[in-house]
Amino acid sequence: MTWLLRRATSLAFIVGLPLVVFVALWFGTAGSTNFYLPSMQVIMDSLASDWLGSRLGDDVLPSLARLAMGYLLAAVLGVGLGVLVGLSRPVRQVLEPVLEFFRAIPPPVLVPVLILFAGIGTTMKVFVIASGAVWPILLNSVEGVRAVDPVQLDTARCYRFSRRALLRRVVLPAASPQIFAGLRQALSIAIILMVISEMFAATNGLGFAIVQLQRSFAIPEMWAGIVVLGLLGFVLSILFRFVEDRVLAWHRGLRRAERS
Amino acid sequence: MLEVRGLRKVYGGHGRTVEAVRDLTFELKAGELACLVGPSGCGKTTLLKCIAGLLAPTSGEVSVHGQRVAGPPADMAVVFQEYGRSLYPWMTVGANVELPLKEKRLVRARRRQLVTDSLAAVGLHDVENAYPWQLSGGMQQRVAIARALAYEPQVLLMDEPFAAVDAQTRADLEDLVRSVWQRFGITLLFVTHDIDEAVYLGERVIVLSASPTVVQHQVTVDLPTERDQLATRSLARFAELRAEIYQQIHQAKAASTADRLAAEALA
Repeated sequence: MTWLLRRATSLAFIVGLPLVVFVALWFGTAGSTNFYLPSMQVIMDSLASDWLGSRLGDDVLPSLARLAMGYLLAAVLGVGLGVLVGLSRPVRQVLEPVLEFFRAIPPPVLVPVLILFAGIGTTMKVFVIASGAVWPILLNSVEGVRAVDPVQLDTARCYRFSRRALLRRVVLPAASPQIFAGLRQALSIAIILMVISEMFAATNGLGFAIVQLQRSFAIPEMWAGIVVLGLLGFVLSILFRFVEDRVLAWHRGLRRAERS
Repeated sequence: MLEVRGLRKVYGGHGRTVEAVRDLTFELKAGELACLVGPSGCGKTTLLKCIAGLLAPTSGEVSVHGQRVAGPPADMAVVFQEYGRSLYPWMTVGANVELPLKEKRLVRARRRQLVTDSLAAVGLHDVENAYPWQLSGGMQQRVAIARALAYEPQVLLMDEPFAAVDAQTRADLEDLVRSVWQRFGITLLFVTHDIDEAVYLGERVIVLSASPTVVQHQVTVDLPTERDQLATRSLARFAELRAEIYQQIHQAKAASTADRLAAEALA
């Protein structure tokens, strides 16, 4: 019962404020005559007719596909490399300065470079997204693996776990709270880079469409595109939280038990 | 069964070396329960890690069944002091106990049976699906013992397993250790800093000196096999044994202090 109540309250908090903001904007902009700031109603109309119509397949889905591929690539590379680096002190000492250097390069600057190698297609965008999103995942994985409790490792050695089991059953779960922290940061970076890479050079996609709409003075459609981006980020972060809550349920329980 | 011969461990590094264990030799017969006591900081944990194959000794050797220990031996299990850090919090109690058995490649039916039996043997029922952090400290240490028992080891090492639980739980767990030792016929080496506990549990008590560690003294505990927290602890013989060991440890500490003072005076 209390659990249900808590769930309901937290849901109310998630939905409550956005709803208030939306209603305020709706009435605040109603009857707007400013060409650049159309009323919420006009924006919503074009959202429904334009973005939920043909643009869904033409622009939104290609963007989502790039985002998914880039993010997945970043996750696989970040966790894989992170575990390797985290487990070995020599590797860490050699790689850390190099990693810090590459991390310091702002990923958007890679767009012109990657266009030279990968053209202006999906490959380029996937690489741009991955090259920016990989860092928080990688660095958090390294830290998570490094911080695995030595007693947990000794226990695994005493019971003669295979390397595979050591990795799958001990190291990865032990590092998972930290890995998820990296994955969460990487998600918002990936969305930003998806838009930026599409703004540079593309033939479709959310970023491309919003720039095109602005240049052709289709202002309500442009605003609607921005709303779509916001909604996309919002939905993705809720999805992320949903997955995290399930995978890290043990961790929250452990924290609660330690506090009480 | 379990032999430690001339064991020495020196920690080196950064131009400074620390001799944790100088020269240790002792032996456990098959099915024996021996307790290791020593003043705090005397290298008990170092010794235990060497026996468990987690740490390579500088010289000397440990052998189980006449076989030299180079890595963790197959028929040995260890119960660590830090139960909260030795059980995996992302797995249920049942999964924690079962995982080493999976690694041993036992078939499913056998694993299930061992998990159920060993949890019952430590007095835990209906906790298989709970997570370790949902249990009290004493219960968590019971799970760690159950995990060790399910592994069906011939040698069981316990490193101050009850140092972090309250007195009442501790008494219960001591009786539990005696009963599973008798029931499973394992060779058990129990490390503790508590003299009472050593006398109450052991068939023999090995007293270590202060660091750098040697075997200072050995005492055979000639108390009745059936032990009882109240009756055994109030026996005159119990008090005598305790006094004897206490004296030995006191001497060990005094000797090490004298050594240090002498060394400082020379320097």
